[in-house]
Amino acid sequence: MSILVARNLEKHFGGLAAVSDLSFELNQGEILSLIGPNGAGKTTVFNCLCGALPLDAGEVILQGRSIRGLEPFEVCRRGMVRTFQVVRPFLNVSVLDNVLIGAMSRHGRFAAANKEAVRVIEFLGLGKYTKAHAHSLPLPLRKRLEMARALATGPGILLLDEVMAGLNPTEVDELIGLIREINHRGTTILMIEHVMRGVMALSERVIVLNYGAKIAEGTPQEVVAHDGVIEAYLGKEFAHAHGNRS
Amino acid sequence: MTRLSFLLGFCFCVLLGLPLVLDKYLLGLFIMTFYYAYLGQSWNLLTGYTGHVSLGHALYVGVGAYTTTFLAQKYGLSPWLGMIAGGFLASVIGLFVGFLGFRFGLRGVYFVILTIAFAEIARIVVSHIEALGSFSGIFLDFNPGFLNFQFKGNVPYYYISLGFMTASVIAARAIETSRIGRFLVAIREDETAAQALGVNTFKYSMIAIAISAFMASLAGAFYANFIFYLQPNQVFGMSLSIELILRPIIGGLGTALGPILGSFILTPLSEISRAYFSKGGFEGLHLILYGVLTVLVVLFMRKGILHYVKRALSPLLRLQR
Repeated sequence: MSILVARNLEKHFGGLAAVSDLSFELNQGEILSLIGPNGAGKTTVFNCLCGALPLDAGEVILQGRSIRGLEPFEVCRRGMVRTFQVVRPFLNVSVLDNVLIGAMSRHGRFAAANKEAVRVIEFLGLGKYTKAHAHSLPLPLRKRLEMARALATGPGILLLDEVMAGLNPTEVDELIGLIREINHRGTTILMIEHVMRGVMALSERVIVLNYGAKIAEGTPQEVVAHDGVIEAYLGKEFAHAHGNRS
Repeated sequence: MTRLSFLLGFCFCVLLGLPLVLDKYLLGLFIMTFYYAYLGQSWNLLTGYTGHVSLGHALYVGVGAYTTTFLAQKYGLSPWLGMIAGGFLASVIGLFVGFLGFRFGLRGVYFVILTIAFAEIARIVVSHIEALGSFSGIFLDFNPGFLNFQFKGNVPYYYISLGFMTASVIAARAIETSRIGRFLVAIREDETAAQALGVNTFKYSMIAIAISAFMASLAGAFYANFIFYLQPNQVFGMSLSIELILRPIIGGLGTALGPILGSFILTPLSEISRAYFSKGGFEGLHLILYGVLTVLVVLFMRKGILHYVKRALSPLLRLQR
């Protein structure tokens, strides 16, 4: 069952087509990855899905209802929340207060929100930083904080924008485990990712964008064997390394 | 936290007792200190906590002062009621300014210009309204009495302004720890991120400007009945807008006590240095002193003096941070 449907999305910046005629469906409970070279329009897709940018054409259906004209905060309340590629923590407040903002948008009562925030912070392994100011955290932890805030809103769909970029292999592996766990607990995930290790390990399906258009869609194995994808994005070495070329 | 409350309680008790020992001049100095602390707090709610920089807060002071005075002179309405009316009028005007700024995404300097423009428009409009005394302003009749908000001597004004200031600290603290306050801070820190996390940033920005304008206008009503003279350039003027933001900046933006500390430093400094320098024939020199102090704080104590005072006192008060 599709929890999110994108139909013929179009977004132009001046003469540049950032997203052109893009359609896809996100199924309840799956992990879907959006990959492609820099400038392919991946983050623009996120911005359009969340209501941060108005679409030029097309439609986004979230849980059976169009989100046309909704503002980002309303999309969030409908159960779809995103993280930012360049993390945007509230720097001058504590980790707890950061996560509380997310939790409070769902829980009206402060005590309930606080409990939820603490739970999410523990879940993401930020427990000992609860009272630390966000500006004191290094990048890997800021990325986790970014995820914690989003998770605290209790989303049905979590949009992750390059949460693995800039992490070392150990940190990537930890994050793979964490994202899998979030997914197991019932959150559908759509992620933009360049770290192919993460994409291959997590995704049930992959969509490849180039110049704003979909050039391939399928299982990770199908996609990395796709001529157009190798041409546009992965390069020949990657295909050989994964042994999918015959 | 209890020790901090104890210290603050002690300071409050000292302030309560001061009129027993102070003369009229010094009482007046304290009244102005409380007055600017309170005004700074009103601005602090919008700018310190929420991050929307207003450089036209005199607008709300002027609206409060003129509304109260007009209603009292024309209809005999007690300033205690008049200032509530002025407060609501200021809120409505604030909401309009906020609507233009927040709905159309005016940020940073563009919002600043918007606030200045409205304050200047109000100053010029009031300067041309005959019923409001136009350029020459309004002199208030002196009819002492509690209902008239007018008193002989400075002691009643002292307690009223102390009450205003104290209430503003309690209100700021209550907002700070509430759900709304946390949303306001999130807007200040990163509006886009706050939106993405489900915060209706427009609504909460509007709430902030409405409360801020209401508070500032009450100060205007107080000013009118303390000074007994209103003139557009004084209550709507740019210099008041600047004057009232210096205290929270120096004391500490986005903190409940910052505007108070800032006012206790700046207001006496300004008064005493003005008196001192004028005697020596150097009128206006106190403004330079003022400017230098502001620059030093902005350069070297960016978090405001309160931050450093807290740090110095933290072993004594067992503060968390």
